[in-house]
Amino acid sequence: MSQQGYVATPPYSQSQPGIGLSAPHYGHYGDPSHAASLPGVMKPPGPLGAAAPGAMLPPLPPGPQQFGQNGAHASSAPGPPPHRFAGPAPVGNVASAYQPSAQPSYPSPMSTPPVVQLGGQLGAMQLDSHGPGAGPTGPAAFQGPPLPAAPSILQPGPRVLPPPPTALNGPGAPPLAAGAAFPPQAAGYGPQMGAPASYPGGLPAGPARMAGPQPPKQLDPDAVPSPIQVIESDRAARGGQVYATNTRGQVPPLVTTDCVIQDQGHASPRYIRCTTYCFPSSSDLAKQAQVPLAAVLQPFATPPADETPLYLVNHGENGPVRCNRCKAYMCPFMQFIEGGRRYQCGFCNCVNDVPTFYFQHLDHLGRRLDHYEKPELSLGSYEYVATLDYCRKNKPPNPPAFIFMINVSYSNIKSGLVKLICEELKTLLEQLPREEQEETSAVRVGFITYHTVLHFFNVKSNLAQPQMMVVTDVGEVFVPLLDGLLVSYQESQSVIHNLLDQIPGMFADSSESEAVFAPVVQAGMEALKAADCPGKLFIFHSSLPTAEAPGKLKNRDDKRLLNTDKEKVLFQPQTSVYESLAKDCVAHGCSVTLFLFPSQYVDVASLGLVPLLTGGTLYKYSNFQSTAHTRRPRVSMFKARPPSGRVVVLGCQHGSQTASDLMHVDSQQFLHDLRGDIEKKIGFDAIMRVRTSTGFRATDFFGGVFMNNTTDVEMAALDCDKAVTVEFKHDDRLSEDSGALIQCAVLYTTVGGQRRLRIHNLGLSCSSQLADLYKSCETDALVNFFAKSAFKAVLHQPVKVIREILVNQTAHMLACYRKNCASPSAASQDAVIGTVQLASSAALLANGRMTRNLKRREDLPKEEDTQLSSLLLILPDSMKILPVYMNSLLKSCVLLGRPDTPTDERAFQRQLVMTMGVADSQLFFYPQLLPIHTLDVKSTALPAAIRCSESRLSEGGVFLLANGLNMFLWLGVSSPPELIQGIFNVPSLAHVNTDMTQLPEVGSPHSQQLRMLMGIVQRKRPYSMKLTIVKQREQPEAAFRQLLVEDRGLHGGSSYVDFLCCVHKEICQLLS
Amino acid sequence: MATYLEFIQQNEERDGVRFSWNVWPSSRLEATRMVVPLACLLTPLKERPDLPPVQYEPVLCSRPTCKAVLNPLCQVDYRAKLWACNFCFQRNQFPPAYAGISEVNQPAELMPQFSTIEYVIQRGPQSPLIFLYVVDTCLEEDDLQALKESLQMSLSLLPPDALVGLITFGRMVQVHELSCEGISKSYVFRGTKDLTAKQIQDMLGLSKPAMPMQQARPPQPQEHPFVSSRFLQPIQKIDMNLTDLLGELQRDPWPVTQGKRPLRSTGVALSIAVGLLEGTFPNTGARIMLFTGGPPTQGPGMVVGDELKIPIRSWHDIEKDNARFMKKATKHYEMLANRTAANGHCIDIYACALDQTGLLEMKCCTNLTGGHMVMGDSFNTSLFKQTFQRIFSKDFNGDFRMAFGATLEVKTSRELKIAGAIGPCVSLNVKGPCVSENELGVGGTSQWKICGLDPTSTLGIYFEVVNQHNAPIPQGGRGAIQFVTQYQHSSTQKRIRVTTIARNWADAQSQLRHIEAAFDQEAAAVLMARLGVFRAESEEGPDVLRWLDRQLIRLCQKFGQYNKEDPTSFRLSDSFSLYPQFMFHLRRSPFLQVFNNSPDESSYYRHHFARQDLTQSLIMIQPILYSYSFHGPPEPVLLDSSSILADRILLMDTFFQIVIYLGETIAQWQKARYQDMPEYENFKHLLQAPLDDAQEILQARFPMPRYINTEHGGSQARFLLSKVNPSQTHNNLYAWGQETGAPILTDDVSLQVFMDHLKKLAVSSAC
Repeated sequence: MSQQGYVATPPYSQSQPGIGLSAPHYGHYGDPSHAASLPGVMKPPGPLGAAAPGAMLPPLPPGPQQFGQNGAHASSAPGPPPHRFAGPAPVGNVASAYQPSAQPSYPSPMSTPPVVQLGGQLGAMQLDSHGPGAGPTGPAAFQGPPLPAAPSILQPGPRVLPPPPTALNGPGAPPLAAGAAFPPQAAGYGPQMGAPASYPGGLPAGPARMAGPQPPKQLDPDAVPSPIQVIESDRAARGGQVYATNTRGQVPPLVTTDCVIQDQGHASPRYIRCTTYCFPSSSDLAKQAQVPLAAVLQPFATPPADETPLYLVNHGENGPVRCNRCKAYMCPFMQFIEGGRRYQCGFCNCVNDVPTFYFQHLDHLGRRLDHYEKPELSLGSYEYVATLDYCRKNKPPNPPAFIFMINVSYSNIKSGLVKLICEELKTLLEQLPREEQEETSAVRVGFITYHTVLHFFNVKSNLAQPQMMVVTDVGEVFVPLLDGLLVSYQESQSVIHNLLDQIPGMFADSSESEAVFAPVVQAGMEALKAADCPGKLFIFHSSLPTAEAPGKLKNRDDKRLLNTDKEKVLFQPQTSVYESLAKDCVAHGCSVTLFLFPSQYVDVASLGLVPLLTGGTLYKYSNFQSTAHTRRPRVSMFKARPPSGRVVVLGCQHGSQTASDLMHVDSQQFLHDLRGDIEKKIGFDAIMRVRTSTGFRATDFFGGVFMNNTTDVEMAALDCDKAVTVEFKHDDRLSEDSGALIQCAVLYTTVGGQRRLRIHNLGLSCSSQLADLYKSCETDALVNFFAKSAFKAVLHQPVKVIREILVNQTAHMLACYRKNCASPSAASQDAVIGTVQLASSAALLANGRMTRNLKRREDLPKEEDTQLSSLLLILPDSMKILPVYMNSLLKSCVLLGRPDTPTDERAFQRQLVMTMGVADSQLFFYPQLLPIHTLDVKSTALPAAIRCSESRLSEGGVFLLANGLNMFLWLGVSSPPELIQGIFNVPSLAHVNTDMTQLPEVGSPHSQQLRMLMGIVQRKRPYSMKLTIVKQREQPEAAFRQLLVEDRGLHGGSSYVDFLCCVHKEICQLLS
Repeated sequence: MATYLEFIQQNEERDGVRFSWNVWPSSRLEATRMVVPLACLLTPLKERPDLPPVQYEPVLCSRPTCKAVLNPLCQVDYRAKLWACNFCFQRNQFPPAYAGISEVNQPAELMPQFSTIEYVIQRGPQSPLIFLYVVDTCLEEDDLQALKESLQMSLSLLPPDALVGLITFGRMVQVHELSCEGISKSYVFRGTKDLTAKQIQDMLGLSKPAMPMQQARPPQPQEHPFVSSRFLQPIQKIDMNLTDLLGELQRDPWPVTQGKRPLRSTGVALSIAVGLLEGTFPNTGARIMLFTGGPPTQGPGMVVGDELKIPIRSWHDIEKDNARFMKKATKHYEMLANRTAANGHCIDIYACALDQTGLLEMKCCTNLTGGHMVMGDSFNTSLFKQTFQRIFSKDFNGDFRMAFGATLEVKTSRELKIAGAIGPCVSLNVKGPCVSENELGVGGTSQWKICGLDPTSTLGIYFEVVNQHNAPIPQGGRGAIQFVTQYQHSSTQKRIRVTTIARNWADAQSQLRHIEAAFDQEAAAVLMARLGVFRAESEEGPDVLRWLDRQLIRLCQKFGQYNKEDPTSFRLSDSFSLYPQFMFHLRRSPFLQVFNNSPDESSYYRHHFARQDLTQSLIMIQPILYSYSFHGPPEPVLLDSSSILADRILLMDTFFQIVIYLGETIAQWQKARYQDMPEYENFKHLLQAPLDDAQEILQARFPMPRYINTEHGGSQARFLLSKVNPSQTHNNLYAWGQETGAPILTDDVSLQVFMDHLKKLAVSSAC
């Protein structure tokens, strides 16, 4: 497994020895040619460790050159960690570094630029700084001057900041920090390099520090490509329309665009979304472009109600028609010949006989007469009824079972969690998933409670009362009963209710605080095994399993490992028990969904492995709140509370009033998740196979999957929210005529116990022109792929290396485009839509909409001018917003550990992303920020989102921010009181209680509209988002601001523009 | 001789003791020449309605190695208030409480009629009786139903303060928690995993509270019930619960595929039961009652695999060393039995199945702990139901006929030493001056533990005369033996029963006639049989028979009157006359013959033989045959094929079976339904008479015998035919067709042939 991911690939694993080389190649295509083109970069790292510091220290003039080189190597440098990012560092850092020296000259640039062009200039300046850095050519003269100019200009800009004179002080930066930071800079390079140095921040620079470098950032944020604008324009262009999948290789609308998708021979993008819809025809080309070829498969994605559900094809005992050689299923890519007697497989080109039962004549176009009658001939997605050959042991499968396993240790009883679960289950069990045509659900249910021992419950319908069976042998756990553990809810309803009523009381006097975990999973799996059915375990767990049993864990959380080579250990499971357990689970079709309620470290990396590998879901509710009146501060971060911190007990929104007297403050979130998880569309005991036409093949799979061999993706269960990302590689040349075909077949058991095959077919085009490739890229899918591959790699490599590789690959992709598809001159002339040019001395073209001449062009030295062409940053239209997403990915807490981020949270997020679909990953990496104060009360549509940057907020506004996990309602200090009144029913901002996790049900239109809005945002998201009310300038704001991904991170991580600069610099290096 | 018979009978009634010799040869040499060892059958708790227990503690000899109890044989100096121990001759002061004694004011223990006396100890905690049911659920539905009913019924028979527990097993073992309301709880164990006592106690959550309790136990016995409250509860508290629980018991739900046996974890279940009691109530009277309907098929103690095509071991397999699970299983159960015995608990096995259930392997559980072993065809038979009910029968005082955790200590006067004991006991390994080097049965100790016993439990105790030939005992000297049995009475009292007996010494050379006359051939036969059966457990069958034959020949040589080499002249005195016949039947008995018996049956028969009293043992050796006819009142007849006559009804009692056999004519009459005609009412009465008598036997017997009603030519007639002496067989057809009886189709020798041979060998000087 490990050999296929990032790790295997040279970039991550080998980056240490020779970063320049490997990093850009990213392992997907270990292409030496590329390396050759970048001699500078290629340089062995040897000098680096030693050289880097040395290079920095010497006097300025030689600096830049050194610097550039240094930068190139830096990422690979085994040298001291702080210098790791020397490469990128120049971006933000160099700029600032140069400032002091440049200062003298700074008035002059100042004078020239008109105010209007400030933004552009700033951008230019920053880029300037890169230019020299990037190329060995960069003279000493360079950018020095421009830089200083920038800050001064910036300040008047969007920022509301006091002292303009001290240009050096970052706008937001506390004076002290600035003061401290800069003088030394002026004095010399030394301190600079050490600290905020690196761009994306692996460095633990504090907020204050970050602010320091910020001032030099001169690029106008409005000048850089805006995700919001891209999303909105796609929405405007294609939203609400019908998108017919009738053409091979057409790029679908963005995930954020709502439209009706009509299956006309290719699978809907809801099921398969590719990173590019045009594959390069040869592997050389692919290596050159460095664009990952991948598809994000979400085979069970729920189509909206206005799209047709999948057709079910039943060939009776004959079973599906398949190619004899490659076993691909009958699909629109099969070409019928010889009057319909034979057909040629589109995947392997094998000519097969048409089975007699399937024969049909062809029409004059060579199409079968029944082309439109048979879904498998005309549609991209459909289902087959599987025959017994497709079943385990050739027996029809039993309907699946759900087993609810509740940790009844002391804390859970005391917190009322157990009671909450039991109460909720009573109503939830009415909603078990069922086949559309069935009256009742075939799913059987079972109940197990546990702490250090396991309690099984016999709830057979003929019993007067449930029976409890205690299994204490946790070392070798087994299922003590056969009959009565798994029952039909309808039949055993009264016994089950009796049991659920009793459970909370039964353990009321238990003082057991420890718990086991692996034996619990084992028990559930054994139970399903004994019942010979697939199923799902719902485990409600809260603590580190420290009790003596297999899978016992110890607290190994260690913040000191952050930013060390050993950091990866934190993401790895503590013992191999869980992996083998998960393997067993998969083998028996047992999916595990884990609800975690940790109050401290529970080792999500270990516990989460089971749900991850078994196609289950992990839900985590840190510091799950006990009853409202005993509430403690949620997280240390959120300590600040209004003195009047009275907690409003909220009513049940969802109509179940059962536990309202004991309502947990966090319980709605949890109950919502639980409800969603029980009800969602799911297939069990699944095996997925991705077949491709000749010339390329699926090589790597990312997601909640388990693989025994290289082709069969086994999943104990697969639900509508789970996506598997598949990477493809070339075997051979692809024909531009036949294109690249993908067939994803999932064999699974339905909730009704039917064995079925779900087939998705997708055809992509092929081209020998790189331009075609870049034209057809899909940024959201790319980010999904990058995120998954990077998050997979954190298990094996230091996050720093991974970050570097990500940056490098981004740069590589863009550089390749820059080099091959968009000549600098062309770029400016063409102004091709979708090409963003970002150049120091020439122009900045974004969407062809905005062009700005940078006045300082003439200030540039001659040499620089000649380099002009290489200084343009040109982004292909399809990847315009890739940098902002990549930057957000780089800043995610998984890749950027901070001491205040709990290790569990990082492991949790890592795991979430691993199974995310494109829509979810898009939201996760670019949260939705909605202005609430400007809402038109009458409108029911979502307001236009705004960019995730603090500069877009206003003190007088109220904003809603959501990333799929959390939702924040940000209240500006001077938010309109009538809005506050409308939403919270309190007279002023000061009265708003930030403890609430749900908005009060106020009858006002504001409240109703906001809540409706939140409903829309929440809709179709796999996780119920936790609502936090944030008041501007109060402490919890930090968590909120963390999600403003275009900004510089509070604890590290560069801002969007800084990142652009950094990437640009990289590109320049690559190009030179 | 009538006097001796009376003497013997009197002694038995008073002391529950029967000696093989009632006058003892005074030297070691002479004693060995007597062939039959000096031994006795002791029924320690023989019911004595006339013996009210005294409410004080016994007075003990002050010599630490002796500690004999004051008894009527002691010499007492009433003036000095001293008594001399009759075993070690130590002179002891009476305790202060005895200050008022005099010749006319004797304490009971000094009166001759109180040679057996029972003391009640008031000290110490009184712990309730404990009954732990261990129930097999791999039964047929009707069997399980019947068993459930029996168990529910038994709850009503238990004393209200008794603690009960329930363990059920099949593929898994479930320990039921009885104290819970609203939901029934049980702890479940895998049936294949051998667990140590510690693990079991940990898993049941007994270890934590047990620690402090252990220390606190002596002063605060009341805390006891709380320790194990979850699994062992006073019946009065959970009567309803348990009744419901038993009612809801289901058959083991795990599917049994065609051609397989159900998986039955008897070994683990028993191990858990033992562990549970060990952890909670060590050294307290407790009864583990195992109800099983088949052989253990998995886990430790498995006797046979679950493949039905491989049958359970037979004697044939065992002889060929082909019983692959036997040794391991036996070891497992032996280990359990020893642990149980060490804790003073006993194990009963109620095995009801048509096939074998592994009693051979499990026998030590009952044999070492004094538990009951009951074997039946089904739980749904009256045999089981009534036997089980009889466990809880009460005596004249309304107390249960069961006692627990007994320790039997034997003290002898100097001329004697203790060679061993045979019965439901284990050695306590107490060496002492009166312990012989030569072991007969369980030897090397003067104390034995009998964890469970009832009023009929009888031990054979073997002695060795150690007095040297050259140190004659003065005329009129008497040897004494004292049996001290401490036990927990079913009323939970601690009691001590002391029996002190004495017999005259006699010089075998000069007074052989005395000794001869005082021979108790019945006791001797049973004692020898016990020795034989004891040997048979470890030796090959033929060896034991040869040993028995040699002993018999030597006895005949010693005590017969004959002329050398003249078999016809051979005579035995009355006191020996029946002995050879007993031996003849013993040789044919299932205790020594395994032919036609399964290993389980052999174990079952031997189990009962080793614990029943003399009368029952004799019946086992030589069944009793009664004859009913119009010719006269019912009469006992010879256990001989010649007794099988067409116009007779026979009633045979073999202890394990009661057979009523209608002669050919009678059977025809019955078929013709003469008994229904008023004019043949006498025939009706004749038919009824043996039934009534059988009923009487059935009522008294434990375990319930198999009741067989058959007739001439019936298939069940084999039970009778196999027992009678085959005086007429197909080999000697001289009586064929005559009215004198029925030929038996067998090659076995008849008593006649046996006796002829015996005489020949006895008179022969060759051996």
